[in-house]
Amino acid sequence: MSLVARHLEANNIPTVVIGSARDIVEECGVSRFLFVDFPLGNPCGKPWDIEMQYSIIGGALELLERAWLPRTTIQRPEIWAHGDADKVWRERFLRVDDNNREELAKAGEMRRQAQAKNREAAQE
Amino acid sequence: MREGISHRTFVSYIDKSREYYRAYGYEKPYAWARYEDVPFAQLSKPLSQCRIGVVTTADQGPREAPRSTKLYSAPNSSRNELFREKSWDREATHTDDSDTYLPLTRIEEHVAAGTIKELNSRFYGVPTDYSQRLTVEQDAPQIATWAREDNLDAVILVPL
Repeated sequence: MSLVARHLEANNIPTVVIGSARDIVEECGVSRFLFVDFPLGNPCGKPWDIEMQYSIIGGALELLERAWLPRTTIQRPEIWAHGDADKVWRERFLRVDDNNREELAKAGEMRRQAQAKNREAAQE
Repeated sequence: MREGISHRTFVSYIDKSREYYRAYGYEKPYAWARYEDVPFAQLSKPLSQCRIGVVTTADQGPREAPRSTKLYSAPNSSRNELFREKSWDREATHTDDSDTYLPLTRIEEHVAAGTIKELNSRFYGVPTDYSQRLTVEQDAPQIATWAREDNLDAVILVPL
């Protein structure tokens, strides 16, 4: 998505990216990035929270007008949960630890076997 | 509230996905795009006179549908009919409210409030693709062509 934003900018169409994967967007490099520090899935605000969503979109529109340099990131003030509850989703997503390492390796192996079988079937 | 920390608080998806897929048995990590230079365009008119378009990574068809179906434009009336089988955080949240990732209703409210002039009558979908080459060579130019056809003054892009 950042690559598309960059292409539009290069063709003189101003853009703003609204997203939650800060590192991916900032490493790629876009003109304007509204960072919403939420779990992936709801970058434009919490479900059914119309007031929050309206405010976040207003922030994106304002950023369109007010940024004067590329790589402008604005972090929105909203937080997903307070205190320790906000750490839970951050730690849990794509977590790898001793409890699931073996299971992941096995799942990966099964996936590769299935893919190899599909390739064989495609060749026949 | 102030607290002491020893790690950054925001999630690094580059770090996390690398370690996750390594545990899955994929030794060669994905090479994410990184550029030194960043292009920059300014609005050509006041925000309140602008016509705005939206790009989403949500799909018109299911995940296994061919790539050719994943670059599309669709009328705003189809906003609630999209497939969202992406790598979002299923344990933490849901995507039942389309305005959390495709904020057309909220943008319409900003039109009514006078923040902007217009929302485009269609939105654009772009594939989430392993291949950066296809995104750059095929998808991005098509989105730019549509944006010009629709006389857009600016575009909001929302990766799911």
